[in-house]
Amino acid sequence: MSSAQIEIQLIGIVVAAACALPGVFLVLRGMAMMSDAISHTVLLGIVLGFLATGDLESPWLIFGAAAMGLITVSLTELLNRTKLVKHDAAIGLVFPALFSIAVILISRFARGVHLDTDAVLLGELAFAPFDRLMLFGTLLPRSLVVMGAIALVNLIFILAFYKELKLATFDAGLAAALGFSPALIHYGLMGLVSITAVGAFDAVGSILVVAFMVAPAAAAYLLTDKLERMLLYAVGLGALGAVGGYWMAHLMDANIAGSMATIIGVLFALCLLFAPQRGLLASAARRARQRWEFAQTMLTIHLLHHEGTPEAEVENRLDHLHDHLRWEPAFARGVVQRADERGLVRLENGSLHLTDAGRGLATTMLADKR
Amino acid sequence: MTLLELLSSLLTDHTIRTVASGTAILGVVSGVLGSFAVLRKQSLLGDALSHAALPGVAIAYMLTGSKSPAVLMLGAGIAGVLAILVLLNVTSRTRLKEDSVLGIVLSVFFGFGLLLLTFLQRNPDARQAGLNTFLFGQAATLLTRDVQTMAVFGGLALLLVLVFWKEFKLLSFDREFGASLGLPMRGIDILLTTLLVVAVVIGLQAVGVVLMSAMLVAPGAAARQWTDNLGRMTLLSALFGALAGVAGALVSSLGSGLSTGPVIVLCISLIVLVSLLFAPNRGLVWNWLRQWRNRSRLRTEAVLENIYLMSSQHADPTHPHAVTALEAVSGAGNVRRSLEELQRRGLAVPHSDKKWSLTAEGVRSAQARLQPAKDADHE
Amino acid sequence: MDKQTLAVQVADLTVAYQEKPVLWDVDLDVPQGVLMAIVGPNGAGKTTMLKAILGLLTPAAGHVSIFDKPYQEQRSLVGYVPQRGSVDWDFPTSVLDVVMMGNYGKLGWVRRPGAADRRAAELALEKVGMADYAGRQISQLSGGQQQRTFLARALMQDAQVYFMDEPFQGVDATTERAIVDILKDLRADGKTVLAVHHDLQTVSEYFDWVMLLNVRRIASGPVDEVFTDENLRTAYGGRVGFLNKKP
Repeated sequence: MSSAQIEIQLIGIVVAAACALPGVFLVLRGMAMMSDAISHTVLLGIVLGFLATGDLESPWLIFGAAAMGLITVSLTELLNRTKLVKHDAAIGLVFPALFSIAVILISRFARGVHLDTDAVLLGELAFAPFDRLMLFGTLLPRSLVVMGAIALVNLIFILAFYKELKLATFDAGLAAALGFSPALIHYGLMGLVSITAVGAFDAVGSILVVAFMVAPAAAAYLLTDKLERMLLYAVGLGALGAVGGYWMAHLMDANIAGSMATIIGVLFALCLLFAPQRGLLASAARRARQRWEFAQTMLTIHLLHHEGTPEAEVENRLDHLHDHLRWEPAFARGVVQRADERGLVRLENGSLHLTDAGRGLATTMLADKR
Repeated sequence: MTLLELLSSLLTDHTIRTVASGTAILGVVSGVLGSFAVLRKQSLLGDALSHAALPGVAIAYMLTGSKSPAVLMLGAGIAGVLAILVLLNVTSRTRLKEDSVLGIVLSVFFGFGLLLLTFLQRNPDARQAGLNTFLFGQAATLLTRDVQTMAVFGGLALLLVLVFWKEFKLLSFDREFGASLGLPMRGIDILLTTLLVVAVVIGLQAVGVVLMSAMLVAPGAAARQWTDNLGRMTLLSALFGALAGVAGALVSSLGSGLSTGPVIVLCISLIVLVSLLFAPNRGLVWNWLRQWRNRSRLRTEAVLENIYLMSSQHADPTHPHAVTALEAVSGAGNVRRSLEELQRRGLAVPHSDKKWSLTAEGVRSAQARLQPAKDADHE
Repeated sequence: MDKQTLAVQVADLTVAYQEKPVLWDVDLDVPQGVLMAIVGPNGAGKTTMLKAILGLLTPAAGHVSIFDKPYQEQRSLVGYVPQRGSVDWDFPTSVLDVVMMGNYGKLGWVRRPGAADRRAAELALEKVGMADYAGRQISQLSGGQQQRTFLARALMQDAQVYFMDEPFQGVDATTERAIVDILKDLRADGKTVLAVHHDLQTVSEYFDWVMLLNVRRIASGPVDEVFTDENLRTAYGGRVGFLNKKP
């Protein structure tokens, strides 16, 4: 591996980690699409910053961009508060407008400058190692330094305000009652998203910032219920996607960012299918198992219900389960057989009787319904 | 170039006419279908769908080698439908919220499309079907043939909206009631969402991925402010969409590298802004005006009552009082303006040395206002 | 009591969400021409039961017939009043328009409501005391007026059996009285009403039949036979001490 290759992967990992940290909270708070909005509108901040300073390297650009992220959030909320449009429409109105202004400003005033909208939207990680910065006596890739710093800021913020974030995410009302301002936490988080989006789209482009923020966090949410673990898993999955994506791009000689997003998508799909508790396969298997158990319980309750009543002769016959419970004959036979094996029912001349165990099960299930 | 010349170029310049009719069709179709999307709280669906179309376009081109708009639109449409299927299934079968799944579908589909495009771009002939077109649209390159394709697909979509109008209305307002009537609401939902995909696909070539989402949200959101009737809202939304489309095409034809997509979006955003501020009844400006008027009415009445109460300590209820005294009693606020308002209504008259008194009419009015309050006090 | 026609017959209805039972093996016979309240504590499955009967969710077992035929064949005999909060009242449409939706099932595809439907809708609005509100945008309605609009929409369905989900939820006194009058009119016309109801105090005043539900059916029948302290205690788990029901 050449040093450039290692550096690109390192940048990918750092970008993934920086994005995944605030991403977890976006996913939990139902605000994932704000990352899409912010990652587009920070472009306007950069353009305005550039027009003001005339310098594409100026640190003011990052501040301008982060401020524009926050402006996006507050404009959306302002629009939402007028009650004239719904929340989703507010997002959909604000960011395309701001983004269009940015695109027009670039084409009018910033032509020929290296502020190419393609690059901003799509990023070009392959060139990242050539843009270097002197730090601690070594020449480091600029992206690595910038994203490393952003990842660190995100980590410090989350560690410092961990319990506030947790509380505000799961119970905003309680957080407010305890004196933590949910608005402050909210804007703090959105500030992180903005800074991260600015830093990351230089490397991976603004659209793939969304992939890095949302997909690993969502995948992690399928794997665990614990917030600490979710943060860890999200960072891990994002990093894995970055490295895997790099190698796929290398082998296929393709766009690195697109390849990373694809691998992240694949990782998400794997979690979706195979997550131990909440994966689609696990829940399908659980449902199949529960279906038999549930049917047996249903059978005992049905029998108990009609036991000793005049219609019991009709209701409690194997061949009538089809009519009454809408069970296919084969399924009904299967259920009765399993219930018989568990000693819940007895079958006599096609007529079903509860055993004491069956009656016990039905009674407990009914009693413990709430 | 004057405005008149610009408008006349619509008639004379073939290219401008083609582009403008293309963007107008786009505006009408996305205005109509966007109205439903906005009402169904699916405003961001268009955003996800337009991004998700990229791999469809790439694969369609790879498979057929054709750049004909019908083929590419078909590819985009298939990818859009696939994206919807993923969205619906993942949202209903997991605990992930819809916005997370939207974000994933949007970015992963797009990333995958990007990956595919790198293979295409090695083929020099593919430049035109390239990324830039897809991202920002290239209305300027629309050919008569493209516009015809857009018109056919768009017309078909509009016809279906007309045919299933009452079902779509029911779906958007009260889906469950529709199901209780025995209507196949799921099928109706699939149809309407498919039409939304059609609208996205039509717009991609003209305004591109990033800005297509605006065309599905903004016209509907603007139109909603002007009317409380779904039919009128949809028509108005189509009109706004078309207006923005034509205006965008004309402005960008002025040159200096303004691409049509962003200009159209700015035009429609402007229409939204005007609608939010000035639409009768709902508009914010009217709302502020109403509030301000209420406040100043309340203030005027408070001043009226205060003069009366101060005067009632004298034998003569029309005893004049100094403005400064009234200011002290009424607290902050512009007492003088309230007094002038009372004078206009014939309830108060100014005297020399900045003193004011009530007229006989003013005394009656104040008594009438204070009377019910006194009754309430006795209770 | 002589053998009456059964308007609604529910047999062995079991509903589960993700294999967790919400309703267990519920049977219910509702004779024609009665006003029946479905009562039970929160989470007892009252709304679920209504939705399962209406085919809005798929039961794990059981079946429903309306006048002795499967529900699917008899849908045109059924009217539905959903919970008021289930829709977006800021939707751009008028009161009359909402009421006319009651006819969409009968209209069939493509056809639009015509002058006759408009007249029928106006008549339905008159019955609920909302004739003056026909042209009103629905966002300007009070809670009670929203409820009456939904009721008018159900009347527009001209059904034999009406299912109502909490029709008295959060309505003003005028509306409450109006709804009671409509219920009585419906009964006088031989229609049957099943309503989810949560106010135990008014059950015997507004309804003549009642079903006590708590995941399974506790009891059902005429109010004076079934609405006993013992049954209530079974349904509410002994938490009805606050209830001063007339003996």
